[in-house]
This record gives sequence, structure tokens and C-alpha cells, in this order.
Amino acid sequence: MSKRGYFGELWFGAKSLLIGLKVTIVEMFKPIVTVQYPREECDITPNYRGHVELVFNPETGGCDCIVCGMCAKACPSDCIVVKGEKKEGEKRKSLSLFSLDFTKCSLCGSCVEACPKSALDYSQDYNIAGFTREEFHYDLIERLERRHIQPLAAAAGGN
Amino acid sequence: METAQLNLEPATDIQHDNRYYLNMGPQHPSTHGVLRVLLEMDGEYILDPQPVLGYGHRMHEKMAEHKNWMAFMPNTGRMDYAAALPYNHGFVSLFERLCGIEVPERAEYIRVITSELNRLVSHHLWLGAFLLDLGAFTPILYTFIDREKVLDILEDITGSRLTYCYFRVGGVCKDIDDKFVTRTREFIKYQRERFDVYNKLVTGNIIFLKRVEGVGVISKDMALRYGVTGPVARGSGINYDVRKNEPYSVYPRFDFEIPLGENGDSLDRYMVRLNEMEQSLRIIEQALDQLPAGPFLGKVPKKLKMPVGDSSFAVEAARGELTYYMVSGGGDIPYRLKIRVPSYSNLSILPELGQGILLSDLVTAMGSLDLVIPEIDR
Amino acid sequence: MPPELLRMIIAAVLVVSFVFLNAMVLGYMERKVSAHIQRRPGLMEVGPHGVLQLIIDGLKLIGKQLVVPEGSNKFLFRLAPLLSFAPCVLPFVVIPFSRKLQIVSMDVSLIFILAMTSINVVAILVAGWASNNKYSLFGTFRSVAQAVSYEIPMLLSLLSIILMTSTFSLQGIIAAQKYYWFILVQPLAFIIYFISGLAETNRAPFDLPEAESELTAGFHTEYSGMGFSFFFLAEYANMFTVCSIATILFLGGWKGIPLPLGDFTGIVWFMLKVYGLLFVMIWARWTYPRVRFDQLMSFCWKYLIPFALANLLITAVVVKLI
Repeated sequence: MSKRGYFGELWFGAKSLLIGLKVTIVEMFKPIVTVQYPREECDITPNYRGHVELVFNPETGGCDCIVCGMCAKACPSDCIVVKGEKKEGEKRKSLSLFSLDFTKCSLCGSCVEACPKSALDYSQDYNIAGFTREEFHYDLIERLERRHIQPLAAAAGGN
Repeated sequence: METAQLNLEPATDIQHDNRYYLNMGPQHPSTHGVLRVLLEMDGEYILDPQPVLGYGHRMHEKMAEHKNWMAFMPNTGRMDYAAALPYNHGFVSLFERLCGIEVPERAEYIRVITSELNRLVSHHLWLGAFLLDLGAFTPILYTFIDREKVLDILEDITGSRLTYCYFRVGGVCKDIDDKFVTRTREFIKYQRERFDVYNKLVTGNIIFLKRVEGVGVISKDMALRYGVTGPVARGSGINYDVRKNEPYSVYPRFDFEIPLGENGDSLDRYMVRLNEMEQSLRIIEQALDQLPAGPFLGKVPKKLKMPVGDSSFAVEAARGELTYYMVSGGGDIPYRLKIRVPSYSNLSILPELGQGILLSDLVTAMGSLDLVIPEIDR
Repeated sequence: MPPELLRMIIAAVLVVSFVFLNAMVLGYMERKVSAHIQRRPGLMEVGPHGVLQLIIDGLKLIGKQLVVPEGSNKFLFRLAPLLSFAPCVLPFVVIPFSRKLQIVSMDVSLIFILAMTSINVVAILVAGWASNNKYSLFGTFRSVAQAVSYEIPMLLSLLSIILMTSTFSLQGIIAAQKYYWFILVQPLAFIIYFISGLAETNRAPFDLPEAESELTAGFHTEYSGMGFSFFFLAEYANMFTVCSIATILFLGGWKGIPLPLGDFTGIVWFMLKVYGLLFVMIWARWTYPRVRFDQLMSFCWKYLIPFALANLLITAVVVKLI
């Protein structure tokens, strides 16, 4: 008030209010920036860090996991359980259980960095929702089979 | 919490009949989280505001005593979700200082660039939320348009949008590429044009100026007494910025200014933050120009052997000085980790700041302090 | 049944349904305009471009329970929404939508409208008081003080028109704008009226009674279901009334360039002007921050009232001289 005086204030105020109105009306006729989610989906960057999953190796037709347990050890929240069993005639243990409790995961990426065989990677799934906690207890072997091995088998069967 | 407990008792005294208590929060639109402010009021004037904390306490400091550095990394990003990278930065640098680990130059540049981008994100969020406190709904969506652009850039290298876990002891976990550099340069150009919109819509607006001018004045003396840092202290004219006063990383190599206010009112804090955004853009620009080639992660032993002793590291987070102080008893797990968060001391000023002002002004003053409640509660 | 009574019943039904329709159109408009100002599409889900959304919202509100808070004055708490809704329907009875489309022609229709819109503040007072909630009470106090002080510049600005036309009849005022609209000779009065109208209807930037960031929702914090929707309907009906007075007094009412629509030309022009003004109201709401309470008062007493008085004085002198 004291800076601009009675009429100065009025003039300044009216001008600033009109400028404000101009800004919003100009924005009103600009295109929409939001993405209509269920119908449109954003392109997710390949570097997106979702939950971890086993990497499919097309050469062996499975995953490279050697059941060393480094990932489970590295995990700060104990959400990974890895189990292996020794089949007859094989030198090493093979993977029998790889479960991830995604409710506890904090997406730090320690397990991916700890893996000596690069058998773990981040998934690109970001629209995950569920009604129960158990839905987020992922069985990664089953997931790998569903995503890679079964389609391959189906393709082979089709031929 | 003793004072807050005391005030919980209703005023039975007949002389204080006009006074009453009003609970602002823990669920209130303008406390931005689970902060509860117990207000002793007379009409619309506040006599004594008492913040009540602890609704979002998650024991981060205690958790640090049971984990090695990598296991605690995700926690650092979850303290201040609005600007997680400075928190990462301080935490990894703490270990680097104690163990004497060399960080490659490129990694330091990447840290500075991403931290400054994160500061921009935080100030975008604050700008929108502050205007929301003042009753303007549209600016928050405009700042979110810009914020999304930065988040997209950061997501492309860090893999996440909010609670980053990107820095590692000895460097960063993923290198930046040319796409990042070009996108960031484009963003800097875009953001400089956007300041014009902010200034026209907000800074020049008479209603906005009337709401913030002379509201929530923090004098220099008061700021020093409470130990406030960051834009709040700089708004009161205290020239203190960890990036300048206690330079870390590669900040001394850049030419940037520390914006200062004069009166310490909400307008000054607003202007300081707005100018800080511009300065962040300058830092990023220079860092991108000077970006050296080389490794992004230095040589770090797989299991960190910490010497017995203590170490502290301060960084300039988006809200002020953030200090990690660690006592190590050897091994790879800290004996004790103390985190000094900026919002906590910035909030501690509220009881004095809010005395005798209107409820609307308290909302303005609290908004201009830029509090992140999970950071205070940790 | 006497034809006059039959006419009144039909009119009453029409008016109430118009109030509901208006709230729906305005609610849709507000959400769409705000969305586009904020660079988002807004309502898109129910019906093409979400036009049916407001019907769904209405049904949802009807289906909700009216929670009566404990410790509240139960009778007054239930009364307040009705008290708010009923008076805001009545102005529609005398508004001339077109040359012939007017339910009751009253000589003092302007005064009748102003009287009716003022009752709204009583409803807010009752609602805030009966809720037994401190935030509601704050909203109420602010609202009452605001409405009382803004009524003065509003009336003063309208008086200068009355001086020019020497009639309170709305049709008479429209007839007086035969050659030019009054906004051309009384721009200051129009601006003062419009600003006071914003404050009178508790619209941003004067939406202190429901200041979201301070008082959560102000006087209707405790209301749910139909209790809330009556306040909502009343707010939009009041907005329409304020804008239609502005149209009638300053923008020539239903007069406009003849369109090939026969008798409907008048109502088309009237609606266009009213909704144009309503658009400005919405536009302003999504642009500005909220003023503080003392600033609201000082703006009224320091700026609006002196200017309105000066305007009235000048008008009186000029009318006397001519």
C-alpha cells in the first residue's frame, strides 16, 4: 500500500489480475498433456526398475541361476527365497524355488547387482494391482515359464 | 513433547474463556502429511501453535544400526521423498569419507547433475503446494507438467521416479548416456521459458503478493537461534549454503550464486526458491559442459571394512542442510547413525513464528517453510 | 382449477427443474473449464465427453446417508440445507428470460431478488452453528461478515442504474436499454457489481467460507449426501441469479441481434450472456489465489464502497442535469 499508493495499488492490481487471466486462457487452448491411463499407456523406459525377474537365456532354454543365494543375502528386506535341489546325474544344484515377496521389496536393486551370473533383471511391469497380499508373492520360475518357455513351446507345437 | 502434552488439557480457567483449542491435522489439507498442530486460539488469531510429531515415525536411524550401507540405501530415499537424491548423496559420501574411497570424476558430475535435477523437482512440488495453500489450484498442475519432464529424465537413468536408490559408495549404479544429456539440455531451455509463466501467473499477482508480503517474518536473529537452514535461512538474509560454505563433490568448480532475501517474510522465501531453481539450471548446464569421460563406479571392496571412528558429512538438500553423523565400531555396520534433517529445525521455529497471527497466515507461513513431514519423523 | 393456479404449478415445476439443470450444466462447465485450464481433459468417462457424469454424481449424492454429527443441533442441522435451497429458487420466478417468458411480473422484482439472495447467508449461519464444528463455525463467521459488507457496494452499484431508469421492474430496465447497454455508460458500476457478486456467492478469490486449505470445507464440512448437494445447488443457483441480474441491468437482458428462432431468440441471447458471465466467474476461480479475510474487508471498505458512492453521486448529478 505504502509503496504504490492508493491508486497505484489499484492500477497494479487490476493489471496483474488481467495478466493472470490471460495466462490461464492461453493455457486453456493448449493441447492436453495428461495420459488417459487405462486406455493409453505411457512408454516405459527400458531402464525402468520394476520387481526383479529371472532372465531367459534362449541358448539353454531356461535361466542361468546357479542357486548361489547371493541375491537373497544381498536383499535388505529378506524378500527373496531361493532353493535348489540336486538332481541325479547333475553336478550342480538346479533351481527349484525362486520366490519374491514384492510387498517387502524396496526396489533397491541390490539383488541384480549381486548376481554373479546376471540371471536377474528388472521387469517392465508397472501396472500391478491386487486385492490380497498373496498376489504379490511372486513365483519367478513360474513367471519365467509363463512368459518365455510356454510361448516357445506353443510356437514349436504350432509348427 | 512435554509442552504439547500440557496443552492438551482443556482450558477450564474462566479467565481464558475466549480461548479454545483447534486441532490442525493430522489430517488437514495444508499440513502436507501427518503433522498435527495444536493451536490455542482467540477468534481467528493464533496464540500458541504447537506442532505434535511422530505420526510417521519409522525408526530409520535404528534400522541403520542393523544394516550395511547398501541395505540402508533404500531408506535414505524414503526420508525425504520430494528430493531423495541429496539424501543418497550424503549417505554414500559419509562412507567414502570414513573409508577413504576415491570416487571417479565422472561419477561426481553425475551426482551433482542428478541432485540438482532433484532439487528442481522438489521446488516444483513446493511451488505448487504452496500456491495450493494460498487457494490457487491451477499452478500446481502447471508445475507438475514441468516436474513430470524432469522425472522422466531421471527415470530414464535411475529407473525410478520418486524414491531413488541411484548412488553407490564409489560412484553411481548406472552411467548416463547422450540421450540423457540432450534431454536435460532441452529441459533447461524449456524450464527457462516456463519461469515467465510462473512470474505472470503467481509472482506478479496482487492477491499473491498481498498474501505473502510481510507474513511469517523470520528475523536473522531468530533464524540463527533456531538453527534453520536452506531457503528458509537464506530468505532471512543468512548467507549459508553447504554447497558454498563447506563445498563437497565438484560444486566448487561451478559458478553459481546463492540467492538471498532481505526481510525474511514468505515472499522472500518464495523468491529465494524461485531463484534457486534458476541457479540449479546454471549448475546443471555447466556440469553437462564439463562432463568428463571415465568410469562411473570406482573400485570398492565387496564388503566395506570401516575403520573404528566417526565421520560426518553435510550436503545441501532441497530444504536445507542435511548432515549424516556416523560412529563406527569397525565392521560394515554402523554403531550409530544420526541424521540431522533440515525440516525438523525449520519446523521448530513454528511456535514462535505463529504467535499472534491469523489462521490463514499460519497456513501461508507453514507452506513457505516447505516441510516434508516424513523427513521430520523419519 | 383456475388457469392462473395451473400456470403457477407448471412454473414452479419448471423453476425447480431449471435449478437442477442449471447446477448440472454449471457443474459440468466448471469441471471442464478447470480441466482445460489445467491441461487435462476433465470428465470423459460417463457418456460422450462425460456429459452424464453430473447425473451419476447426483444419484450418488441422493443415495448417500446424511450423517448428523453427535453434539450438533439436529433440527437446525437438517433445516439449514433447505433454508439455503428454498430462497435461491425464488428469484427465478421473476427473472425475465425472454420478452414473454417471465413467471410473475413484479414492479419491485429487483428488490425481491436481492432480498432472496441475501437469505442464503442465514442458511450458512445456521449450518455452521448447528454443525458444532470449529472449522464450520469459522466458515460461518467469515461468510456472514463477508456477505454483510459486500451487500453495500452491490446495492450502491445497482442504485445508479435505478436512478437512470427510475424503475425496479426488470422488464422496465431492459426496455430502458433500447439503444445501448448500460455497461457502456456505467462500466464502473458493472465491475463493482460483478466483484461483489463473486464475494456474495462465495466464489474464488473470495471463497473464504469454504477455504479448503484453511478450513477443510468451511460451513459444509459436516454435511454429506443431499445435505451437501442442496448447498451445492444453492451455490450454483445463486451464481446464476447474480449473473442474470448483471445481464439484465448491464447487458441488455434478452435483447440481441434477431435470430431466426422466433420467440426463442430472446432466451437464447439471455442464456448466452448469462453463461458468458458465468464462464468468467469460473475462469477467475481457477486463476487466482484466495484473499485473506482482513484484505477482503479492506478491499470492500477502502475501494468498492468509495468508488460505488462516487459513481452513484456522479450518476445522480448527470441524471439531474439531463
